[in-house]
Amino acid sequence: MAEQKQQIEEFVPSEYSAGFVTDIESDSLPPGLSEDVVRQISAIKGEPEFLLEWRLKAYRHWLTLETPEWAHVTYPEIDYQAISYYSAPKQKTDGPKSLDEVDPELLRTYEKLGVPLEERARLAGVAVDAVFDSVSVANTFQDKLAEEGILFMPFSKAVKEHPELLKKYLGSVVSYRDNYYTALNSAVFSDGSFVYIPKGVRCPMELSTYFRINAANTGQFERTLIIADDDAYVSYLEGCTAPMRDENQLHAAVVELVALERAEIKYSTVQNWYPGDENGVGGIYNFVTKRAVCRGESSKVSWTQVETGSAITWKYPSVILQGDNSIGEFYSVAVTNNMQQADTGTKMIHLGKNTSSTIISKGISAGRSQNAYRGLVRVGPNADNARNYTECDSLLMGDTSAAHTFPYIEVKNPTAQVEHEASTSKISEDQLFYCKQRGMDTEDAVSMIVNGFCKQVIHQLPMEFAVEAQNLLGLSLEGSVG
Amino acid sequence: MLEIKNLYASVDGKDILKGINLTVNAGEVHAIMGPNGAGKSTLSNVLAGRDGYEITQGEVIYKGDNLLELKAEERAQRGIFLAFQYPVEIPGVSNVYLLKAALNAVRTYQGLEELDAIDFLSLVREKMQLVKMDEEFLYRGVNEGFSGGEKKRNEILQMALLEPSLAILDETDSGLDIDALKTVSDGVNELRSKERSIVMITHYQRLLDYIVPDFVHVLSDGKIVKSGDKELSKELELKGYSWLHSEGPAA
Repeated sequence: MAEQKQQIEEFVPSEYSAGFVTDIESDSLPPGLSEDVVRQISAIKGEPEFLLEWRLKAYRHWLTLETPEWAHVTYPEIDYQAISYYSAPKQKTDGPKSLDEVDPELLRTYEKLGVPLEERARLAGVAVDAVFDSVSVANTFQDKLAEEGILFMPFSKAVKEHPELLKKYLGSVVSYRDNYYTALNSAVFSDGSFVYIPKGVRCPMELSTYFRINAANTGQFERTLIIADDDAYVSYLEGCTAPMRDENQLHAAVVELVALERAEIKYSTVQNWYPGDENGVGGIYNFVTKRAVCRGESSKVSWTQVETGSAITWKYPSVILQGDNSIGEFYSVAVTNNMQQADTGTKMIHLGKNTSSTIISKGISAGRSQNAYRGLVRVGPNADNARNYTECDSLLMGDTSAAHTFPYIEVKNPTAQVEHEASTSKISEDQLFYCKQRGMDTEDAVSMIVNGFCKQVIHQLPMEFAVEAQNLLGLSLEGSVG
Repeated sequence: MLEIKNLYASVDGKDILKGINLTVNAGEVHAIMGPNGAGKSTLSNVLAGRDGYEITQGEVIYKGDNLLELKAEERAQRGIFLAFQYPVEIPGVSNVYLLKAALNAVRTYQGLEELDAIDFLSLVREKMQLVKMDEEFLYRGVNEGFSGGEKKRNEILQMALLEPSLAILDETDSGLDIDALKTVSDGVNELRSKERSIVMITHYQRLLDYIVPDFVHVLSDGKIVKSGDKELSKELELKGYSWLHSEGPAA
């Protein structure tokens, strides 16, 4: 057993393989936040008046708020005046017209990350809207998507080209008043992705955005807005990586999804932000608000997330089940190692009749980490025959990590059926020895056992990302067995 | 193949093996019998390289190497296979995935290419006939919800696939009804060969009617107290283990 422990310690400092810094010039605003800064961001982006007004309202509201403290995480107070709220790679003109115009340093960064941008993209059938710090630098497959009438573009472009859609949907799912970080994001968001799928269109490929935080001391405040019109379908994947830095970086994003009549949105996330080192130095504070509304009848939204990175994760991708017969799903794997903290889960708000929701949450805690599931299932008075099934499983590795479950259930309709199952287990020495006796080394064995534990969730990911997610699980847990 | 010399092992400071000597040549089948607590499972775990045992004296030579210096996975890769008394469940991991990972780990060590999915499947299907397993077993979680008999057949399937040089069968007969015992034994007998040694650990003589050993050893209080051929097991069945204590240690 002593030998086992020793093996663990040998593996623990598993390197963060995406921890490199791209050396390019950035146009940044000096640190600090004020009405002036909000106006400058809006001006840099050439935004219409309505958006500036909205930002300012959000900013003024933010000033009245206090940081939320209910989550099961601890961190030193963030100095919001020390953060730079805008950083863009320097550009020759208004923006690159093709990949040739994109800074080669940038392209190499993507290559190292394995972002399928050029040939690989075409082969894999993935359209990428790559967000480098705050501005989208490359957009692929625009033409093919345009043929179908699909809009997939940087948020800043959508602001200019489709202000009517933005006016109608921006903030319609997540109000800037929702919480501290949504107010902050609404005031200072710099870019993000915008997707609109027209009526009856099935998006022919997975849409993917690769987010990456690069410049030091910049918060990343992107917004994603996806609208699936009647009978439309889209599958969207976001992957996130950030380089290694000693300071903590703030990431406060907002994602809004709108599914209209019979529409379906599948949103998958593989989050691999820098988690900090084994002593908890550095790493991303990932404070994200993601919410979807099933506005139309028989519409469906499915969130799938594999969260392995970030020093602190605070996010609850939620679904408001407004339309009758609508369906909400949440499949989650959250891995914490070393000093990472995660407080994550979902909210399923049943408003329409015959609505159903499924929550499958798998938490894996290793090192000295804290991993909490926090979920709310609310059934409103008019939601006849609402159904929910929740399953929360925790896997502990070693004796120094912790798993917590905070399920909240509020039912205001007597016809509702709500089920909750929870389990906590450990990777047993018996399992490890069994695998080793079959010739597998400790790392492969752990990776295999963990992937088995997460199978229900991994299966929800699009094929090409499922493989990446499986590798990521193995990587983040290297040597964490005791 | 395997040479155990004066092996002493303890768990948490308590001596369990107290001077085992045993030589197993290629192609031989040895049965190790003994009462509960004699150290039978400890011996198989020590040979397979499980953590938690302290070797206080002695050595084990396997194919010319000092076995005790190798990690569990290295021993497996070099052809030592342990059929578990209690095969472990691994939820969510399909049986076929484990089989493939195990086979490829061994092949990689041997400098062979990993088998692709198609070659692997046709190989595993062939081996499954040996233990009369349905293909659906491949896609169930490893030992998840398997009956006792299914678990043991699964162990022998793995043995058939991995083609070990030295197979240690730890109480493979426990928990089996007579039909399952026959299926499992037939599988093992198919796998007997001039190159392969088998060490069977069992409490009962019954298994030896199906898998006839070349040698029988009786383990008692951490030592081999008597060795012989198959007749010894019959005598034991008749007289019980207590008979040995009155006779004293074997020559």
